Amino acid sequence: MMWFFLLSDAFSFSGLLITYGMLRYSAVAYNPSVHGTYKFSMDYWPIPEKVFESVPFLHGVSLPLVFVGIMTFILIMSSVTMVLAVEAGHRNDRKDVEKWMLWTILGGFTFLGCQAWEWSHFIHGTDTGTIDNITGKMVYGANLIQNQYGPPAFADLFFFITGFHGFHVFSGVMLNVLIFYNTAFGVYANPAREIDLGAERYEMIEKVGLYWHFVDLVWVFVFTAFYLI
Amino acid sequence: MADTHTHTEHKEGEIAKPNTAGIWRVFVILLIITTIEFIIALAIPVSIMPGGVKNILYIILTVVKAGYIVGEFMHLRHEVKFMIWAILLPMIFIVWLLVILIAEGGSVFEMKNFLR
Repeated sequence: MMWFFLLSDAFSFSGLLITYGMLRYSAVAYNPSVHGTYKFSMDYWPIPEKVFESVPFLHGVSLPLVFVGIMTFILIMSSVTMVLAVEAGHRNDRKDVEKWMLWTILGGFTFLGCQAWEWSHFIHGTDTGTIDNITGKMVYGANLIQNQYGPPAFADLFFFITGFHGFHVFSGVMLNVLIFYNTAFGVYANPAREIDLGAERYEMIEKVGLYWHFVDLVWVFVFTAFYLI
Repeated sequence: MADTHTHTEHKEGEIAKPNTAGIWRVFVILLIITTIEFIIALAIPVSIMPGGVKNILYIILTVVKAGYIVGEFMHLRHEVKFMIWAILLPMIFIVWLLVILIAEGGSVFEMKNFLR
């Protein structure tokens, strides 16, 4: 059943990414021969590596996509520790399941922290700001109505797609905490469960693991669609 | 999973050795693909490789990455054939929807220019 839930969840994420693709292709693209040197403007769709180039504690240093790369690495890493937890579950090795689940939870929280910083930076904007074409006022940062980096739709899609994904990560961390708790308190090691599940007592780890990998998978697509292309 | 059944033969309290070489191999592959994506994005100038070629490479590399995550980490490769197709077939249709709606977006752009 988890697989069919994930399939339906994949549909909702595809809906968001398809919307991004369609709006992206119906907007004006940046063209050096028409628009001159690149600066933030509401006339054309922004280049992601110009928008996402900040790293915490390094104010004013241009490091395109480095922070997002670190986030991708953290999420893939926590996916690996999840597989290791599932593998330990197959061996009924409670100590190893606990160890790898703890690393997975840590990775999930780290990713959420990074995303919080990324959002906060995106909302507050750069020091210089951009002039709004319609009102003529200076715009700093982005929200659902105005956006200093480009058309408002870009910011809207950023909030919706990474927000929806971030909420999935949050739910995943909660599920991970739950099964870690059960493992630590010996629920899965209870011999009575053998009657129901046979030797596959740690099956729950595998199910939650599927969800966690799915979250990682979605990030791989979000990363390509939003940050690279 | 074929190797689970060998582990179940162990007696209570006896814990098998970890068998994680395959997992780390997939991790290294994922890491290398991500690094290649970064090299394409940052180190190779547009004059050598046009944006369109870069985008096609990103999509190919992303699909390879997704294949490893779904196939190995989520074990889909080791499931029965019916299951694999039940998951893959709807996703193929979704990809087609993506392709036609991006084309539609392009024609919306043309129409906006035409009406201006």
